[in-house]
Amino acid sequence: MSKYSAWSVFKNGLSGHKNWDRAWRDPEPKTEYDIVIVGGGLHGLATAYYLAKNHGLKNIAVVEKGWLGGGNAGRNTTIVRSNYMMPGNRDFYEHSLRLWENLSHELNYNVMFSQRSHVSLLHSPAAIDGAARRYNTMRLTGSDGELWDLPTLKRNIPHLNYGPDSRFPIRGAAVQRRAGTARHDAVAWGYARGADQHGVDILQNCELTGVQRDGNRVVGLQTSKGLIKAKKVGFAVAGSSSRVWQMAELGNLPIETHKLQAFVSEPLKPLLDHVVVFGVGGAHFYISQSDKGGMVFGGDLDWYKSYAQRGNLPIVQDVAECATSILPCLGRVRLLRHWSGLMDMSMDGASFICKTPLENLYLNAGWNYGGFKASPASGWYFADLIANNRPDPIIANHDLKRFERGCNIDERGAGPDPKLHG
Amino acid sequence: MIRINCPFCGERDHSEFGYGGDASIQYPALDAPAKDWIEAVFQRENIAGVQQETWQHTSGCRMWIVVERNTITHEIHSVKPAHPGTKTLLANAGDHQ
Repeated sequence: MSKYSAWSVFKNGLSGHKNWDRAWRDPEPKTEYDIVIVGGGLHGLATAYYLAKNHGLKNIAVVEKGWLGGGNAGRNTTIVRSNYMMPGNRDFYEHSLRLWENLSHELNYNVMFSQRSHVSLLHSPAAIDGAARRYNTMRLTGSDGELWDLPTLKRNIPHLNYGPDSRFPIRGAAVQRRAGTARHDAVAWGYARGADQHGVDILQNCELTGVQRDGNRVVGLQTSKGLIKAKKVGFAVAGSSSRVWQMAELGNLPIETHKLQAFVSEPLKPLLDHVVVFGVGGAHFYISQSDKGGMVFGGDLDWYKSYAQRGNLPIVQDVAECATSILPCLGRVRLLRHWSGLMDMSMDGASFICKTPLENLYLNAGWNYGGFKASPASGWYFADLIANNRPDPIIANHDLKRFERGCNIDERGAGPDPKLHG
Repeated sequence: MIRINCPFCGERDHSEFGYGGDASIQYPALDAPAKDWIEAVFQRENIAGVQQETWQHTSGCRMWIVVERNTITHEIHSVKPAHPGTKTLLANAGDHQ
């Protein structure tokens, strides 16, 4: 498989770009693999990549029921940040951000990671104090974070609603400059190509239909392309974790599936060069501008449990209200598309990367709203767990028993109600 | 928009209601072992299909109701008061006025 470079672009240009190699193979499944990852989303592909790259393992497959980039990989708002405070989350997301910073070079694939700053608007002295605490924690643990006063914010983003009649006047902002956005499809394709170059079989249109067990071991996976035997299996199917968990006859998970919508407007000239977040008094809104010019934004969950990959209209209205209240200049911008993805909403808003009651089954689930930014570190630590059969200390509390131990990782302090962890 | 037929108010948009959660959960006795409480508070069947769930008619009568709804299609099969007997109680209260 050839390496991408300026020279390869030039060379392929000479033949009209008709002779590029496939980015990854399309193999038929073998009858048996050492490791099978269920779920060809960002987390599953990253896991396969790091299993091969970091741990030198061979004979790995990723099974995906649809096509790469067709699930949550293509249903997010592409925001990357590490402004988490709780132990467990702090180190994990910081590691993820560091992987993002070098990801295009690592994968030899331009994931268009743009560190354009994540700007959380603050509307009261109490909110500023809360943000100061969070951002001081970040700075004390090797990350970056700063508070912008109103003049600084106005200088950087002059067209927010600073008017005297705004319902929630803006007082300042908490900013992480190293945060930003990335090209979501490129992340899936980059990891897929990287994994494939290391010999991983990526099996698309290969749906898991059953899990064959022998006592407390998984022996094989029934798929739409036949039976695939496996020595170790990893589930990375956030959104549908409960369904595959029940296929393995393992009962209940501390997860509910909810849906989250995202929106993109018609393309505009450059308007916003930061990620802006507005969250106060029931409003919840985040927005950035894509490289094509579309305003990419989102808000709250649809508020009821659902497996339908389509959003409801009351949330469209909510999000539109947030958009026009914070950026009134968007009032006449037309919506181009909106979509909805399935979220594994967990009981404390944190994820699971852990062993399971079955000896050779591993679980990666419960990503709530935060799956996109987490994907590099998720793959990194999940691969480490599968390869070494023990969790790294950083993810020691990302297991299913943390609720029993009282070790909830509840960043928002919302309690055991999945829909509140947005 | 999902339309929910509130047993007290009639059919309304779901945006008038607040979503509760899984209505099949039975909370154990207060002195039950911790594992029973962990099961009830944290573990969910998370059904893809027809499930029983609680909603509250927050912008209407404020009563809690149990809705039988398909989580894939959003089709509603039945709606009933969360506390059996409420409707009779209310009707009888009316008789005494």
